[in-house]
Amino acid sequence: MPWRRRQPPVAERFAPVVDVSQLPVMEFDGVIVGGGGAGLRAGLQLARSGLKTAVLSKVFPTRSHTVSAQGGITCAIASEDPDDDWRWHMYDTVKGSDYIGDQDAIEYMCSVGPEAVYELEHMGLPFTRTESGRIYQRPFGGQSKNFGKGGQASRTCAAEDRTGHALLHTLYQNNLRAGTVFLNEWFAVDLVVNQDGAVAGVVALNIETGEVVFVKSKATVLATGGAGRIYATTTNAMTNTGDGVGMALRAGLPVQDIEMWQFHPTGIHRAGVLVTEGCRGEGGYLVNKDGERFMERYAPNAKDLASRDVVARSMVQEIMEGRGAGENADHVLLKLDHLGAETIHKRLPGIVELAKTFAHVDPVRELIPVVPTCHYMMGGVPTNVHGQALTQGAGSGDRVVEGLYAIGEAACVSVHGANRLGGNSLLDLVVFGRAAGLHIEETMRQGVAFRAASETDLERAGARLVRWDHSVGGESVAKLKEELQRLMLVNFNVFRSGERMRASIHQLAELRERIGQAHLADKSRVFNTARLEALELDNLLEVAEATAIVAEARTESRGAHARDDYTERDDENWLCHSLFFPGERRVAKRAVNFAPKTVDTFAPTARSY
Amino acid sequence: MRISLYRYDPDADAAPRMENLELDIPGVGDLMVLDLLERLKAIDPSIAYRRSCREGVCGSDGVNMNGRNGLACTTPVSEVARRGKLTLRPLPGLPVIRDLVVDMTQFYRQYEKIKPFLQNEDPPPARERLQTPEDREKLNGLYECILCACCSTSCPSFWWNPEKFVGPAGLLQAYRFLADSRDTATEERLAELEDPFSVFRCRGIMNCVSACPKGLNPTRAIGKIRTMLVERGI
Ligand SMILES: Cc1cc2nc3c(=O)[nH]c(=O)nc-3n(C[C@H](O)[C@H](O)[C@H](O)COP(=O)(O)OP(=O)(O)OC[C@H]3O[C@@H](n4cnc5c(N)ncnc54)[C@H](O)[C@@H]3O)c2cc1C
Ligand code: SF4
Repeated sequence: MPWRRRQPPVAERFAPVVDVSQLPVMEFDGVIVGGGGAGLRAGLQLARSGLKTAVLSKVFPTRSHTVSAQGGITCAIASEDPDDDWRWHMYDTVKGSDYIGDQDAIEYMCSVGPEAVYELEHMGLPFTRTESGRIYQRPFGGQSKNFGKGGQASRTCAAEDRTGHALLHTLYQNNLRAGTVFLNEWFAVDLVVNQDGAVAGVVALNIETGEVVFVKSKATVLATGGAGRIYATTTNAMTNTGDGVGMALRAGLPVQDIEMWQFHPTGIHRAGVLVTEGCRGEGGYLVNKDGERFMERYAPNAKDLASRDVVARSMVQEIMEGRGAGENADHVLLKLDHLGAETIHKRLPGIVELAKTFAHVDPVRELIPVVPTCHYMMGGVPTNVHGQALTQGAGSGDRVVEGLYAIGEAACVSVHGANRLGGNSLLDLVVFGRAAGLHIEETMRQGVAFRAASETDLERAGARLVRWDHSVGGESVAKLKEELQRLMLVNFNVFRSGERMRASIHQLAELRERIGQAHLADKSRVFNTARLEALELDNLLEVAEATAIVAEARTESRGAHARDDYTERDDENWLCHSLFFPGERRVAKRAVNFAPKTVDTFAPTARSY
Repeated sequence: MRISLYRYDPDADAAPRMENLELDIPGVGDLMVLDLLERLKAIDPSIAYRRSCREGVCGSDGVNMNGRNGLACTTPVSEVARRGKLTLRPLPGLPVIRDLVVDMTQFYRQYEKIKPFLQNEDPPPARERLQTPEDREKLNGLYECILCACCSTSCPSFWWNPEKFVGPAGLLQAYRFLADSRDTATEERLAELEDPFSVFRCRGIMNCVSACPKGLNPTRAIGKIRTMLVERGI
């Protein structure tokens, strides 16, 4: 068969890559940066309301990281248990967050959750079904009935072990139906912030043609997902480089709780690829090299379904105490073989595929080698429940950043606090994607104008493109990236120590210097992925440095943040969010919301499972 | 390891060329083709290809490896290399943008054409629509498609009629909605497929089945649509 060549795209072939004074302009009511679950849910809301909406994504939407989500979406739809109650889900989420999740936001998410999940079903999401035809729900970690007193709950709605795929494709399909405008394979470089501190849109690069455009909008939504790629091994897609967080930081905006990184207990040893917590939900469990089910010692009640931070720490402890499996005694094993071939193939078909491909084991007969692996960024751009981005005003109260929203993993609303419960991210995406959409709709109805942006504002947003295009000589992007990822893996893992973190902060400052001098060797125009990787490296650095500085500053152990020099939770000083301000690299505190509207406050207590 | 890599940058090359590269990899071991590409790219950053999840679910990195279509991230080098040699080309039949990156517009257009969304105008209940496990089972082997285009770009009927023949991927999705007990647009869907090209250009060559990295069977789905069309005609 012929390999057909195509004519070069028609844009000026050898135009300089950016001349910000002459940027072409595109105008939309709302532009959503990111076509994952969060971005597509928001896009759908806006497109259905008739607003001129664009979803701009660096990958074709169904290739976004949401597609990898396996286990399910947690929500009290009372299918497995007719008595289930969203308040129980709320209790679990607050406890899981180690009490720094905002209770008003968690209340909102858990109470409107069922509506958002039913909507997905009505849109066509092929959920697995129970005998009575309802949506199948499986047990997940940290779930309980009756406020922790009624034993394990089954609350995670699943489409086999491919829930993210099913959810993302369904949302994409419904956006096609609604007529959303897609700018696929466009890369957002930076926010355009005007002199009033309001966001006027983004400067973006059309990857295929190399053209740079000012995408002007009345509301800009960051839905850029996580940044797991700051670590050398991670369950995250290669595209999870924290671009939205990087953009916010470069715009001088704060990020919240960025030190909180979830390590998932069951990343496949070496490959980093995830096997879902649903494996343990379906009855699988972890064993050490002696075949002992060690979680019985660490969490006598919930055992393998304790919260992720708890299980991850227990695993590392086993390994450190010499009970790890394998030649280097550096992992533990996930046992599923007792579940029987039928259950495994019916409930976990994707896991069988992944285990065979990446661990060379058939889980029907063999154990899967696993280690805690970087998985989820609890922190992000702070927002209110409408998804509006927040900063601090003069009197250090919250102030809305005009024109900017953030949703999904890139945001910190905060429903996950210091530790996210499994299945709560997908719920977060659809609940707050929808909420942001609704708020933008309402704002537009009241009338908003485009915000003015000066040439200087645009120049600032395009500056990174110019910097990389002018680079001559210097270290390679690949090498610097690897160094950064190693540094983070070693020093900001499941257990952290003050001394090593302080040393890392210096190393990161050095890396910043070196990245500033690094070399983009390929300056071509058409589908230049080297340029994208350079731009992504800037973002990785922003996220890594913020992580390091705040992690060092939070002198306690809470949720996913465990220090060997401050081993206890310190509610007196740290029952609060952290805020990182990029300009002066300052760490501040922000109050957690303890005032839900319809239920009593869940007061912090010692957390045990 | 000797790699022969398809290179083409429309701004620099008058025509595509094959570049021969050597990579020293002690014991190919677990290495996937994507890992190999990543190593090549660390040396020559100008090599262009798509990739994202690196675990076979996002469908970005469909490429042609020693003549076979598949996903670079889940294909072990040891499985496709022959005598230490590997030829990497973009997916055939679609216009090449650069190196291994093809223009998927035509592929997506065929997908959009089959109205890939659930249609049911009855007002939904307050909760979910019910579906029996048996009815749900009918969607297995269909909904898992990752739109990687490995099948359609290995299909001669699609190569020659990419505007008119929906192609295996699109038809698999067409059947996914025809098979869904919740979808009520069966009649309209079939009406749009009954012309001589959309479905009937399939010649049963079955390249799609051997190309699909997710083990799906578009030919079987096409057969089911044919049967529905024929029954409808009677
Ligand atoms: C392996 C795995 C399994 C998981 N399983 C579950 C689960 O079972 N249940 C659960 O609740 N959660 C799960 N999670 C977590 C959950 O999947 C993610 O948190 C969630 O999908 C993130 O969605 P998002 O919409 O915020 O971002 P993403 O889906 O990551 O999408 C980000 C989007 O932003 C775009 N983008 C990024 N940067 C730019 C830029 N510069 N310019 C333009 N576009 C850009 C990307 O193209 C993409 O479209 C899992 C995570 C992993 C890693
Ligand atoms: S049917 Fe298989 S080969 Fe074809 S696009 Fe879908 S996943 Fe890819």
